[in-house]
Amino acid sequence: MTLNNVWVFAQVANGVPTTGTLELLTKARAIGANVSAFIGADGASVAGALGEYGATKVYATGDLAGALPGVAVSSAMKAVIDGGNKPDLIMFPQNYEGRDVMSRLSVKLDVTVLTNNIDVTVDGGAVSATTPIFGGNTLVTTTFTGSGPHLVAFRPKSFAAEPAGGGAAEVVAAPVADAGAAKVTAVHVEETSGPKLDEADIVVSGGRGLGEAPSYSMVEELAKLLKGAPGASRAIVDAGWVPYSYQVGQTGKVVKPTIYIAAGISGATQHMVGMKGSKNIIAINKDKEAPIFGVADLGIVGDVHKVLPKLIEAIKSRG
Amino acid sequence: MNVIVCVKQIPDPANPGALDGSTNALKRDGKLIMDESDSYGVEMALQLVDAAGGGEVSIVSMAPNSETSGMRTALAMGAAKGVLISDPALAGSDALTTAKVLAAAVKRLGGADLVIAATESSDGYTGTVPEQMAELLGLPSVTFAKKVAINGGTLNADRQTEAGYDEVTCPLPALISVTAGVVEPRYPSFKGIMAAKSKPVEEVKASDLGVAPSGWDGAGQKITNVAQAEARQAGEVIEDDGEAFGRVVAFLENLKAI
Repeated sequence: MTLNNVWVFAQVANGVPTTGTLELLTKARAIGANVSAFIGADGASVAGALGEYGATKVYATGDLAGALPGVAVSSAMKAVIDGGNKPDLIMFPQNYEGRDVMSRLSVKLDVTVLTNNIDVTVDGGAVSATTPIFGGNTLVTTTFTGSGPHLVAFRPKSFAAEPAGGGAAEVVAAPVADAGAAKVTAVHVEETSGPKLDEADIVVSGGRGLGEAPSYSMVEELAKLLKGAPGASRAIVDAGWVPYSYQVGQTGKVVKPTIYIAAGISGATQHMVGMKGSKNIIAINKDKEAPIFGVADLGIVGDVHKVLPKLIEAIKSRG
Repeated sequence: MNVIVCVKQIPDPANPGALDGSTNALKRDGKLIMDESDSYGVEMALQLVDAAGGGEVSIVSMAPNSETSGMRTALAMGAAKGVLISDPALAGSDALTTAKVLAAAVKRLGGADLVIAATESSDGYTGTVPEQMAELLGLPSVTFAKKVAINGGTLNADRQTEAGYDEVTCPLPALISVTAGVVEPRYPSFKGIMAAKSKPVEEVKASDLGVAPSGWDGAGQKITNVAQAEARQAGEVIEDDGEAFGRVVAFLENLKAI
């Protein structure tokens, strides 16, 4: 069974739809007869890419001109819904903008929300979403009991993005009804060199076991040698050693690299949620009882200050 | 300047969580503590009121069984008073109902110049309540604020984004959600802990706030299945004898990573 109308809150970065957007569109066309993207930006430039992944329509607000998406995009969505185009399900990415838009919209529509999901199923008219809890050990499925539109947010990488080969989506203007009083006055990009954390094939993350902030440079060096990305546990992000954009875990990035190296990370539930999907996990930690060893393919019980320098030297000496 | 902070009282995260057998909801029947994520908001509120040279910090919280031990931590840090919504009819409330209750509690306190919440709780982490409250209260909001300053009637904040951060400005009154690490939370002093015992906490029911409790039936959602995820098998764990790095090198070689 499929739903009649499914919307995806679409996002653009550097002029193209984000991977997360394409993942959600791919799932949307499996469960919905009509898939529309809803974007808080100009629609024409991305209508082709969104169409290729299954959107037949793009509702576009146009440039938000510094308005925050929470108020602005939800007001545009509400206006389209009030105009008679009511979706059965709206899929949001579990990120800053996705959460803000769905929260504001849930109040405008007086409907509940389900967040942090990794799957969605449709059975007759019933829509259910599945979320992992307790560090991913338990999967809870929740079914909507009220009427739609149902609002669901999904974690990154819940679905694999696959093009459908469709033509460009039809762009429909969806003007912002309320831009809100908050305004963005400056944008700062903290890009690191090398691959992006959530797209890298190899991720090397450091945690509290590094002892002090300067030791994090070993993590960065190893990541660079392996052409991977450096990551971090929440503990050292909260401690201010590295920016939040480095954080892997529940409240940070979800990564699924081929190789994940956890250096001085004990493996708090918070962290495990973000990296358990890695194909191969190597853990180095002093405490042999650390939970991280329960998911590691190779665990080294030892001091990162001794193991990492030798490992770095050994890789360097290979040229 | 008056600031209201939303504080969640949660089971101690140091203890393993469990689901209630009959409702499949998270068990919250033991002693509850203040969610550590909320300590940042409480600290920020205290600092902002200090900097403004007047006003007070109030706490709102919704919890079962008239639980106030987590709120007392916030009061011990320096908050002046609190409103606790404790009502069996609210058990099983979804995030939207929770937001309605907390928003009504904010109104009961006469509103504030600023309402602060954490970005998400450490036990349920739905992460929508702050922005839902802002919509219900008709306030502008800045979520995921990692740096906050007040200049007269204007709030300036650095807001976390996927790529870095945005500088955002918004007029007061407003609502913000703050990330962990936005400020360094103080430890309650002994004097603060003693003083907290006698600070006023008003306990109210949903009906006192004019909110219709939805509870389990009205939540608009129902847990229909709980399953164990496929467990990841642990591999080999070895003690470092000074040469363990060689095993990592071999592992990386096998995967053609080097």
